Amino acid sequence: MSFLSIRELSVRLKGGPPLLRRVSLDVAAGEVRGLVGESGAGKSMIGKAVLGILPGSVEVTGGEIRLDGVDLLALPPAERRRRIGATAALIPQDPLTALNPSRRIGGQITDRLVDILGWERGRAEARARELLAEVQIPEPERVLRNYPHELSGGMRQRILIASAFAAEPKLIVADEPTTALDVTVQKQILKLIAGMQARHGTALLFVTHDLGVVSKVCQSLSVLYAGMVVEDARVRDFFAAPKHAYSAALLAATPKYTDPMASLTPVPDAVIEAVRAEVAAADRGGHG
Amino acid sequence: MLDGRSMVRRRAGARLWLSAGWLGLLCVIAVFAPWIAPKDPLAQDLFLGRLPPFWVAGAEPGYLLGTDSLGRDVLSRILYGVRVALSVALVAGTITCIVGATLGLMAGFLRGWVDLVISRFIDIWMAFPPVLFSILLIAVLGPGLFSIILAIVVIDWTRFARVVRAEAMAQGAMDYVASARVAGRGRLGTMVREILPNVLPTIVVLLTLEMGIAVIVEAILSFVNLSIATDDPTWGGMIAEGRTSVHQAWWVLVFPLVTLFLTVLAFSQLGEGLKDRFDPVLR
Amino acid sequence: MQLLRVFLLRLVTTAVTLVGVAVIVFFVIRVVPGNPIAMMLPPGATEADVAALTALYGLDKPLPAQFLIWAGGVLQGDFGTSITTRQPVLGLVLGRLPATLELSVMALVMAVVIGGVAALTGTRRRGTRVEGAIDIANGMALSVPDFLWGLVLILLFGVLVPVFHISGRVTPSLELPFTTNFYLFESLIRLRFDLWLDIVSHMLMPALALAVPLAAIIGQLLKQSLKETMHLDYVTLARTKGYGENHVILREALRNAVLPTLTLVGVQFTFLIGGTVIIERLFSYEGLGNMAIDAVINRDLPLIQGIVILFAVIFTGVNLIVDLLYAALNPRLRHA
Ligand SMILES: Nc1ncnc2c1ncn2[C@@H]1O[C@H](COP(=O)(O)OP(=O)(O)OP(=O)(O)O)[C@@H](O)[C@H]1O
Ligand SMILES: [Mg+2]
Repeated sequence: MSFLSIRELSVRLKGGPPLLRRVSLDVAAGEVRGLVGESGAGKSMIGKAVLGILPGSVEVTGGEIRLDGVDLLALPPAERRRRIGATAALIPQDPLTALNPSRRIGGQITDRLVDILGWERGRAEARARELLAEVQIPEPERVLRNYPHELSGGMRQRILIASAFAAEPKLIVADEPTTALDVTVQKQILKLIAGMQARHGTALLFVTHDLGVVSKVCQSLSVLYAGMVVEDARVRDFFAAPKHAYSAALLAATPKYTDPMASLTPVPDAVIEAVRAEVAAADRGGHG
Repeated sequence: MLDGRSMVRRRAGARLWLSAGWLGLLCVIAVFAPWIAPKDPLAQDLFLGRLPPFWVAGAEPGYLLGTDSLGRDVLSRILYGVRVALSVALVAGTITCIVGATLGLMAGFLRGWVDLVISRFIDIWMAFPPVLFSILLIAVLGPGLFSIILAIVVIDWTRFARVVRAEAMAQGAMDYVASARVAGRGRLGTMVREILPNVLPTIVVLLTLEMGIAVIVEAILSFVNLSIATDDPTWGGMIAEGRTSVHQAWWVLVFPLVTLFLTVLAFSQLGEGLKDRFDPVLR
Repeated sequence: MQLLRVFLLRLVTTAVTLVGVAVIVFFVIRVVPGNPIAMMLPPGATEADVAALTALYGLDKPLPAQFLIWAGGVLQGDFGTSITTRQPVLGLVLGRLPATLELSVMALVMAVVIGGVAALTGTRRRGTRVEGAIDIANGMALSVPDFLWGLVLILLFGVLVPVFHISGRVTPSLELPFTTNFYLFESLIRLRFDLWLDIVSHMLMPALALAVPLAAIIGQLLKQSLKETMHLDYVTLARTKGYGENHVILREALRNAVLPTLTLVGVQFTFLIGGTVIIERLFSYEGLGNMAIDAVINRDLPLIQGIVILFAVIFTGVNLIVDLLYAALNPRLRHA
């Protein structure tokens, strides 16, 4: 039984076009699923729907999101928030804007433990120290008392990772957790997330542009185009033989680690047109 | 169907027309006061003191809004009071605008020591409580319409100077100014031909707001009995009188207050409306 | 380090401003027609008396020298003698200062509370009719100055529903045990709640009149910056932790949204203090402003000078404090 199970989820701009088209995907307990697709395909939108932070300008028009078997969309808002807060977490994209500039680091890690999960403050602080050590931050004691602007981008992302794992969530959504960082730091952070995930056995929904990264960290992946899942596969199978023409083209457009200098073929226009037609057909079939 | 945005625009439009309409009405009243006013605003009749307005028991026909303690007709005094209020608003507002905007433009565009001096003066001016400053100036200059106007100009030029300076500075940094200079325009020419048109909407909005402020300043000065020297009726003077007898004759205070309130509101709503419509800067 | 530099720099500009104020006050008042010395003497004084007093005050010297003599006195706390009461100006002015300070601070507190509640409610209910209503109320409150709000309050709560006092600072028949002029504060310290209530009911209307425009500004500005802050990533992150709207507004957004509002509130607070002059007159409240208007009407030049300078010191002082507060609250500046 998968921990996160999204079924036929449709989201649209209020009074506007659909942004997600009957999206279904599963993340099993302890599994890492990659979510790939071009910019604007709706990757982040899926993550936001799971975490209950969809923008006010969009609405869910159908489907369900089951977290540990419970359909989040059927819950009253307060109950839904608590449930998400207690069992899931987000590793955000931009560490520079994801920490509150006027609050100390310590409080930003322990707040969920104390306020939502009802831990004692002392225990939560001990946990925060332990986590900072685990994400390899020197002098955790001092850093807990720092303000965000006193730390580098890489440090802040480590803190956000620590904070995401603090409550031992069953599921973490990581939305392009390295794109805002220096190339040199990117690899370290990626390794850190993969290591933490393995150690804690957390299920991970990993949003990225980069199929190379997917091949390294994920066990399964969903390929998204215009808010529609065009392929859902095991990573091993996908890289051996992608089933959908669009994902095959996407794969061909990705540099290989074995031969980064090999010439790349952009996604051909014919493939784009075919997948667009597929989306249009699904829209007609789906909504009559 | 109306979408939200056009609803907002319609409301903004309505407020623009309503306030413009009220101010237009005042202009008409100011010009034709002697023909409109039912009574002589200065005529006293101690036997007709503190008559209530027409719908209250004890009212006299002919005194629609009642009389004050000296038996003068409240309505006629309000109508004549428009004259002082509007002349102060127009004259003081315009002169303040010209002085303040010119200084602000110079400080913001010419920069250097001009800016240094003008900015220092603005700082010093900001350290004076404006009401006290105006009262002090009237005390020094002696009461009278001229003194009031002068006092308003002396005190309020900073309102224009501050905003226009910042705005001219921002405009001066833009490319079109540099290219005008490259094309051979002199500093003064650039200031007048390139910068001024771009800050003009801001200036017009500030001018409208300033007129409302001028009306209030005049009322405040009349209230402390330091306004015009003659006994021509002013709203502030009526309010001062109404304040002392508010428990005996509320109408002496209420009617001039409502008129003043609406006029100040109209000027500021007109300014806000113009701002929404034309001014990308202040919005 | 940074804080110290900000402080010193601001201290210098403040000093320059105050010197400018002193120069202007001095020369404006010297323009007044009439011989101030003659006014200071009882009727029937001889020419020799006038000459003697003129020499005593240095008025026979050239203007710049006169200014230096006067400024030297001011620096030592000698603001001269009031012409009407023949008492030292400093004592008179300081005697009235507490009344004005209490009124201003009470108005500030009311403005912050009213404006804060409006901003928080508007943010909480953004996009609804409640927010629309708050916007309209803010717009109205901003369009009309304190003087008119004072008159409206007099009519509403002094005449129509007479629940509050609309003149004076305290009911005259009451016996006052106070040693300072901070009545509001001292009545509280002495646990004289009967007096405290009487004083509050006198202050409430003038304070509210002063507070209305500032409350509107705070309401508008704070709401705007709260709404902007609510879209930021760290607020969204807090939502995923399980926090509800109220908590997110109060703990994540409020503190960061307050900073941009603060500087403007500082300037506006000086406008509020300036407003006490006419509001005190309107409500016959025995503070500095009321005294200032009497002084102007009586042409009591030394007293006017003293009051204007005191106001200027308060204005620049408030601006200084706000700037430092801003620096202190902003963690970026504090730790840099
Ligand atoms: N707040 C919003 N309001 C309305 N539409 C939005 C909002 N955020 C995103 N969208 C739209 O939803 C669609 C999906 O956006 P989403 O952010 O999920 O894309 P993405 O796949 O994460 O892209 P990227 O790789 O650039 O992050 C886009 O068409 C985008 O324009
Ligand atoms: Mg995204």
